[in-house]
Amino acid sequence: MPDVAALDTYSVILVWTAVAIYTLSFIAYAVDLSKRSQESIEVKDAVRAPAREKVGALNAASASSVGTVTRAAASSAVPAGAEPPKRRVFARIGTALAALGFVMHLAATVLRGVAAGRVPWSNMWEFAMTGTLLIMAVYLGVLFWKDLRFLGTFMTGLVTVLLASSSIFYVEIVPLMDPLKSAWLVIHVFVASLGTAFLALAFGLSVVQLMQARRERLAVVAAENGEEPKRSFLRTLPSAEALEGLAYRLAIIGFIFWTFTLIAGAIWAQDAWGRYWGFDVKEVWTFIIWVLYAGYIHARATRGWRGTRSAWLAIVGFAAVIFNFTIVNMYFDGLHAYSGL
Amino acid sequence: MSRRSSDPDSNAKGGHVPGENDANPDAAGEQAPEAEASDAAPRSRGARTASGADTTGADASDPQRPSDHFDSAPASGVVSPKLGVVGWLRWAWRQLTSMRTALVLLLLLAVAAVPGSLFPQRSADPNGVTQYQADHPDLFPLLESVQMFDVYHSAWFSAIYILLFISLVGCILPRTKHHLKALRSRPPRTPVRLGRLADHRATTAHVDADEAIAAATKQLKASGYRVERYDTDAVGSRPAVKSVSAERGYLRETGNLVFHAALVGVLIAVGIGGTLKYTGQRVVIEGTTFVNTLLDYSSMNRGQFVSEDALEPYAMTLDSFDVTYQPPGSNAMSQAGDFAANVTITHPGEEPEPGVVKVNEPLQVGHDSIYLLGNGYAPTVTIRDADGEVVYEDSVAFLPSGDAQMTSQGVIKVADGLPEQLGLVGFFYPTVAELTTGAYASQYGDLLNPLLTLDVYAGDLGIDDGTPRNVYALDTDGMDKLTGRDTDRESIELAPGDTADLPNGMGTITFEDETPEGADDSIGMTESVKRFASLQVHHDASAPWVLLFAVLAVLGLLTALFVPRRRMWVKATEGADGVELEYAGLARGEDPTLRAAVDQLADKHLASLGVEEHPPTR
Ligand code: HEM
Repeated sequence: MPDVAALDTYSVILVWTAVAIYTLSFIAYAVDLSKRSQESIEVKDAVRAPAREKVGALNAASASSVGTVTRAAASSAVPAGAEPPKRRVFARIGTALAALGFVMHLAATVLRGVAAGRVPWSNMWEFAMTGTLLIMAVYLGVLFWKDLRFLGTFMTGLVTVLLASSSIFYVEIVPLMDPLKSAWLVIHVFVASLGTAFLALAFGLSVVQLMQARRERLAVVAAENGEEPKRSFLRTLPSAEALEGLAYRLAIIGFIFWTFTLIAGAIWAQDAWGRYWGFDVKEVWTFIIWVLYAGYIHARATRGWRGTRSAWLAIVGFAAVIFNFTIVNMYFDGLHAYSGL
Repeated sequence: MSRRSSDPDSNAKGGHVPGENDANPDAAGEQAPEAEASDAAPRSRGARTASGADTTGADASDPQRPSDHFDSAPASGVVSPKLGVVGWLRWAWRQLTSMRTALVLLLLLAVAAVPGSLFPQRSADPNGVTQYQADHPDLFPLLESVQMFDVYHSAWFSAIYILLFISLVGCILPRTKHHLKALRSRPPRTPVRLGRLADHRATTAHVDADEAIAAATKQLKASGYRVERYDTDAVGSRPAVKSVSAERGYLRETGNLVFHAALVGVLIAVGIGGTLKYTGQRVVIEGTTFVNTLLDYSSMNRGQFVSEDALEPYAMTLDSFDVTYQPPGSNAMSQAGDFAANVTITHPGEEPEPGVVKVNEPLQVGHDSIYLLGNGYAPTVTIRDADGEVVYEDSVAFLPSGDAQMTSQGVIKVADGLPEQLGLVGFFYPTVAELTTGAYASQYGDLLNPLLTLDVYAGDLGIDDGTPRNVYALDTDGMDKLTGRDTDRESIELAPGDTADLPNGMGTITFEDETPEGADDSIGMTESVKRFASLQVHHDASAPWVLLFAVLAVLGLLTALFVPRRRMWVKATEGADGVELEYAGLARGEDPTLRAAVDQLADKHLASLGVEEHPPTR
């Protein structure tokens, strides 16, 4: 029989180790971004080369590498991501550190689960620990598919801040309350956290999309006035449209998980509280988030709403996710009184 | 595709090939300057040009979309409705079923749901509403007038979701009709200039054009495409062209329609279910029985179509109630768990059956589900008059006041047998301790050192005229307080087994010790007081239907979002130095894997023809 308190102490130490490593990773990624800013001056001439004109149903984001995206409308003035393959040393360091931090973080979470003898997601401290772990896992996993290391600063920053500040939620290990003794705890909460992780990544992309869209607008104006485009790390990133495509694809994965969360929650509520839906505050907010993202998906298909406006919806949606996790859990009365605080 | 381009240019340009130019991206690109000028994404422009440049921008096999869908062509000029009622109605309907309206209504719905989480809601938290009224007497009437305490049943919330669902139905029906037709349509003609498509590949080889296309047709068909041959003979300077046009992914639209229709299904199931469901609550004390009739519930909500005799007349006895407490000294001292209400169910004329109700594990009885909502203590009290005659004997549920230590509050009402009616109000502490202030508090949830304290009120209980009264509250208007603070007598304090005198020589009160014979009392009087379970009986036939529609919605969503809808073409053009083979694909909707699919098609096809390609050209 392992000593529960000792295991938990190791878990906490590992969490702080992970926070420290994530912080280093954040710094490495930040250096990478500043280097990109420098490069954007150097690559300027290269991207001034005649842009490819191709009419096609190609979704901009689907170009086999984000670097080859073309924009017919303003491509000569808006060189977006025509980046020659570069060895991004600092981005690599950042990713390696993020992966190392993730391993510590994973160990901390597993230890907590072992110490408690159950899944490590049944109070605020554990939700935060597992939720940020999944955000990191999804980010690192997505890197195998697309080079999104330009989001590294954002993701490691977000996870560092969330994980470090969630130490205010720390509680010792206590037995589960009866309503939580259910297979649905394992499924519902885990899927909610996984959905949140995808939505977090989509959120990061939407923010960069907005910045990129602004820069592209300004670049067109600058080009019309015959000015040189400003230096910016954004110049080495995919176009706003490509970013939007990526954000959308991550958001719909998150949305599907969220839909599942909503349904699993209702099934659980039917078992635990005797009704599948009762407009409990947490239910209401889960629903609000679901509707906001449904709105986002519609916005992307509505003329006049694509682009910047739909990106704002994704941002509002994620703000609601964070609100639901923090403020609603801590300050709103309701049946979901499991924050452990 | 029966449309004909009426554009004179394409005829003028070297021979009109019947039916071909309406799918000609080349011609379309020149004919549709508005597409160039619009801010639509390149992909949507491509999608439109390749499928012809008619006013809707879509062909028969395309899913039908509201006119403000980003994939449909912007309406030419300002559409002002034709005057007249029908014109206006049609216009209004078009507005209501547009993408923009759906979007705005969705956002409104999200915003409208927020206040319900800020203010206590009658349906979920009636006591919270009363409390709010007491705390904010000025604000309350204003909020009440805009239904802030019944948000989800309010006129404005209902208006939003009803409009949304009308819009939804108005959107689904025409699209379903259109889609059913599209399911039977053939893939569109092969565009003249495949090279204008982004995902295009070409090579020249010495093969037989007809055989090559036949092989491609077979290959595409095998990978799930619907295929159609479009061959044109040589005309003038134009060479003969053999081609196959293929399309797949109709399931995408099917999924979208299933998803939206399933949402309507959920709403209808919930709506109908609400009229047919009932929920009743009842406190049952160990050793007592309740009968499933309207009369026997302390509260009952039923839909308007639930008749008086709809309840199945079974009886349920609470035999015992199990609970464990985390021991003193542990991290979660006094946290209670492993609740189980052990019951016996008796249907009329049948053998009694045992059952257990646990949290998360409701007990099914017929079509009802029985849930465990709460529990507490029910001290048994006997009151005798001055002559020693028993005038009152009952176990009374004391409701927990919310702390883990189970400090509980309750009221005992003695209506008959004494000179005056008595009301006794007090606290029950399962494990009592005296604070430094002299007040009592419970320290632990289990019965280690139980104590019952009571204050006595005498006078009119107000129950004789038949007014229903809350059994858990005492209306002290018209009653005199005889013991406790502000009187000259101490409150009554009783441990199990104790007896005390009532004031003014009215008689005695005994707190009965219910400990069974032979019980282990080494760690306290853990069985000295009866427990009660607060049970909820719930009947809702709609739940499985709601679940069914929800699952359909998820399946539809997955299909709609992940099934790629795409067109593929393989074209063989006879030339002087061999046959030019072209491969091209066109995405309909988000499709990140299109390029790979075109490459795969070409590689496999060329391999099957035995063609070595060096170097591949794009
Ligand atoms: C109850 C409210 C609604 C919700 C929650 C909702 C949700 C969604 C979701 C999640 C999608 C993406 C999945 C898919 O492509 O199937 C979607 C797509 C779509 N919805 Fe809705 N919807 C609602 C109402 C409506 C209404 C009223 C309309 C008609 C105006 C509509 C038209 C569409 C269309 C055309 C698409 C496809 C978008 C595309 O082409 O990418 N929806 N909806």
